[in-house]
Amino acid sequence: MTTNTINESLDEVHHDEHHDHKMTGLKRWLFTTNHKDIGTLYLWFSFIMLLTGGALAMVIRAELFQPGLQIVEPDFFNQLTTVHGLIMVFGAIMPAFTGFANWMLPMMIGAPDMALPRMNNWSFWILPFAFAILISSFFMESGAPNFGWTFYAPLSTTYSNGSTAFFVFAVHIMGISSIMGAINIVVTIMNLRAPGMTYMKMPLFVWTFFIMAYLLIAVMPVLAGVVTMLLTDTYFGTSFFDAAGGGDPVMFQHIFWFFGHPEVYIMILPAFGIVSTIIPAFARKKLFGYSSMVYATASIALLSFIVWAHHMFTTGMPLFGELFFMYCTMLIAVPTGVKVFNWVATMWRGSMTFEIPMLFSIAFVILFTIGGFSGLMLALTPVDFQYHDTYFVVAHFHYVLVTGSLFSIYAGAYFWLPKWTGHMYSDTLSKWHFWCSLISVNLLFFPMHFLGLAGMPRRIPDYALQFADFNKWVSIGGFAFGLSQLIFLAVVIKCIRGGEKAPAKPWDGAEGLEWTVASPAPYHTFSTPPPINEDKH
Amino acid sequence: MSKSNQRWWMGVGLFFTSFFSCSAWSEAQINLTKGVTAVSREVYGLHMLALYICTAIGIVVFGAMFWSMFFYRKSKGAKAADFHESTTVEILWTAIPVIILIAMAVPATSTLIDMENNDNSDVTIQITGSQWKWHYKYFDQNIEYYSVLSTPREQYENHNGSFDGNGVLKGKDYLLEVDKPLVIPANKKVRFLITSDDVIHSWWVPAFAVKQDANPGFINEAWTNVDKPGIYRGQCAELCGKDHGFMPIVVDVKSSADYDAWLTEQHELTAKAADAEKASLSASMSKAELMQLGETTYMAYCAACHQPTGLGLPPTFPALKGSAVATQGTVENHIALVLHGKNMMPPFGKQLSLKEIAAVVTYERNSWGNDTGDLVQSSDVKAASGE
Amino acid sequence: MSNGTAHRTNKPSNSQVIKKLVLVVFAMFGFGFALVPLYDVFCDITGLNGKTNTVAALYTDDGIDTSRSVKVQFITRMAKGIPWQFEPVINEVSVHPGEMKFVNFYAKNISQYDIVGQAVPSVSPGLAAGYFQKIECFCFTQQPLKAGEEVKMGLQFYVDRELPVEINTLTLSYTLYDISGKENS
Repeated sequence: MTTNTINESLDEVHHDEHHDHKMTGLKRWLFTTNHKDIGTLYLWFSFIMLLTGGALAMVIRAELFQPGLQIVEPDFFNQLTTVHGLIMVFGAIMPAFTGFANWMLPMMIGAPDMALPRMNNWSFWILPFAFAILISSFFMESGAPNFGWTFYAPLSTTYSNGSTAFFVFAVHIMGISSIMGAINIVVTIMNLRAPGMTYMKMPLFVWTFFIMAYLLIAVMPVLAGVVTMLLTDTYFGTSFFDAAGGGDPVMFQHIFWFFGHPEVYIMILPAFGIVSTIIPAFARKKLFGYSSMVYATASIALLSFIVWAHHMFTTGMPLFGELFFMYCTMLIAVPTGVKVFNWVATMWRGSMTFEIPMLFSIAFVILFTIGGFSGLMLALTPVDFQYHDTYFVVAHFHYVLVTGSLFSIYAGAYFWLPKWTGHMYSDTLSKWHFWCSLISVNLLFFPMHFLGLAGMPRRIPDYALQFADFNKWVSIGGFAFGLSQLIFLAVVIKCIRGGEKAPAKPWDGAEGLEWTVASPAPYHTFSTPPPINEDKH
Repeated sequence: MSKSNQRWWMGVGLFFTSFFSCSAWSEAQINLTKGVTAVSREVYGLHMLALYICTAIGIVVFGAMFWSMFFYRKSKGAKAADFHESTTVEILWTAIPVIILIAMAVPATSTLIDMENNDNSDVTIQITGSQWKWHYKYFDQNIEYYSVLSTPREQYENHNGSFDGNGVLKGKDYLLEVDKPLVIPANKKVRFLITSDDVIHSWWVPAFAVKQDANPGFINEAWTNVDKPGIYRGQCAELCGKDHGFMPIVVDVKSSADYDAWLTEQHELTAKAADAEKASLSASMSKAELMQLGETTYMAYCAACHQPTGLGLPPTFPALKGSAVATQGTVENHIALVLHGKNMMPPFGKQLSLKEIAAVVTYERNSWGNDTGDLVQSSDVKAASGE
Repeated sequence: MSNGTAHRTNKPSNSQVIKKLVLVVFAMFGFGFALVPLYDVFCDITGLNGKTNTVAALYTDDGIDTSRSVKVQFITRMAKGIPWQFEPVINEVSVHPGEMKFVNFYAKNISQYDIVGQAVPSVSPGLAAGYFQKIECFCFTQQPLKAGEEVKMGLQFYVDRELPVEINTLTLSYTLYDISGKENS
């Protein structure tokens, strides 16, 4: 029984090797079941979505460059902010991490591929379909969804502009993709680890994805549920969220955020895993407190289920509700802090070099922590009454998602580009990418803290005069940040096409099974499970 | 230092100098307001406490990082140590944050308990949000009115022009001014009962540290006790559709004596308005009068959705130019629509006087190429209203 | 091949894990929907969202607590688009907990069409909702009014003696909706 699972996949792989001499061209990409190919597809898709969502943000910042409505109508502005959020969350960040999962998980655990390679193909290919539906809504008469990525009822039901059906359909498809991907990750990690790799010997990267996948399986179906209720309320006469029929609009928020809060942890846990891989490599020192890190990650995941109503402090919750959610939310700072301290302890008395992956990882630790500080402030209910739905919140979540998740994605991309492409990336270009991004991202998001404290609400296309100066700087930072991401595009294309040949292990401090195979990694790796050291961790 | 490095640092220095010395800092507010109530001051104190604690933690953690980056670099010959775990340290840096959190949670709890005590108020006011304005009703008084953004359209519609807004200067309280502010007495406990007529809105005045969502079909409570008379401005704080950014809140806090005087004045105004309504029933306005009043009414209340050109923003906001309602349908039908609303269109029966409704219906039926020739009088509106 | 069978643990096969996970997916989807009645139950018990009883409560004669008075305020709101006049006859009463009270509301359909209305109650503070017992309320049923028709509707209620002492004022709000035909509202 015990060797069955590995042999099952081995058989599949051998089968493929014999029967499909690697396909070429379009057929290869459409029908691939290879984890490396699918990883590549996800990564390219997420980058295209990043640029698309970013383009929408550029229009938003252009409108907000000055007070007054210059470029777009308020309703279109609401469509821009809504679709920007949906694309970034479901099209850029989540698929990027899925791309990393596909490329790296099998290699890190010594497996030949993901456990369910054909489902893997479907998981990816329904995504472009979902986003085509979402983006095409811009060109429909009703317009794109304009009710915020959080789509509160009844703005998204009774008072919707007619885009609700397409929105729901797109979200359902994205959800199915995520759920299938998560199941794949769990089964892969559970059953395909090379013999000898016990759970506590897995790289932390694998742990963070494992726990994230469980979160996904638990909460994506709840999103599917709430979005179905939205559909029936809008088109089929139900009254889940309509007081006239005995429903409650606040209940929407409860169900949505029950998904929504774990969702943001889904978007940060893999980042923790990436950074926990890179910092030890460039500090040339093992990750400090491995087991602590595992427990902290699990605690964060568990706690994430009981904090959802901190997004709802102003909805009219009674005192004991507000206190409960305030305390639980503050508690999450503890395991998160533990992780930050462990990274710093890894750096302490290490022997550091500052290649680009390390630069992005260090920037991650500092800037994500700043995002964490604003999060802690937001957790304090009485003060949240002043911060809620202002630019202070916008600053917070962009710090944790952009300088947090996105920077970790860049860190990981640079770290593993040599393994993926067989070439080293251009050092000069990548330095430009890092420094331009670092400076512009802070110019873009830091002043938003001030704007929120000064009283500027979210989701408004025009603002009072006292907010004008900071908005101008923010917009300039936005344009600069957007342009800087094109440098990354240049880095990647250049790296794929050529460059200094990368050895199997270009980073001398790196550890992990992926560095034992050649660069670029062969199409099929670990068809035979590798031996595992006894003394890992 | 090499020349290119020098230039690099000069550039950085120049950037920071210009950034930190620009007008943004002198004019703009960068911190939370202390506000004008005991609660808002407590909230500010809590905010500063959290900020100081986070800054202190930041200095320690980032300090350790920068120290490491400088002293433990391979290029300086640092050799990596080989420790990679310590249960003592893990316990310490779990326990100490918990203690710090408790230090923040205690004052937060007591402030929250204060804020949630809505009882024993002196004045109660019903606040209703709707797309895209606020409605205030004084409980126990027969005073109620709508409060609508009063910034002139030309100031914010800058589409056709250059970035200087067609040369129309924006007023000091751009987007934060209304036609009729909420008036409350200072030094009295004022209780707000907040709800919505359509989607979720949120009533927020930063100077009071009051923010509560306006949920349709449900009421929420909040209270404040302002110690300084003055004008305080806020905004809607929950996305509620296209003009979410255009429904501000203005509160005029008056001394007790001035507030009482204002109440009396309002009662007189209400009585006068009622008389004017009665009088308008027998009066007959000329086409010119109707079209003029109709135009100003239309621009103030209808143009936001149906556009000054009457072309609307289909399909959500239908065009009135050439529409069945304004050209072929009956006048009674048209009046009923304006009075009672339909689907997303709000009812204007309570918001506009009989004269204004008569005028706006006349205007819509005789503008942009619509030429029904219909003239609507206040008495027609009264008849159609069924009251 | 592998590193010593002795170190390996018994793992369920792929399909077993998949079956379990898919079960979790469907269970969580169902949980999302189960949250709807769960929410109602929770709010019923705690009065959290200010919803009061939707079926008539029974009056239990535990006596009247004359040591305290509670102010009960009434407000009404017409939901968008319903052409009715609807207001409380008196907007505030003072009651002793346990004391039965009867108040009237006035409604008139001022439009040219027959309309069916539904009044939806909401109590603030939410915590008081559980102690506000309606014996008879026009909000329990739909209210059809012909064009131009007017009516006085009654509310009979009492405030439970168990009402927490900190609460001295509670407000009952009715929002009136047009439910004649959902497409028309």
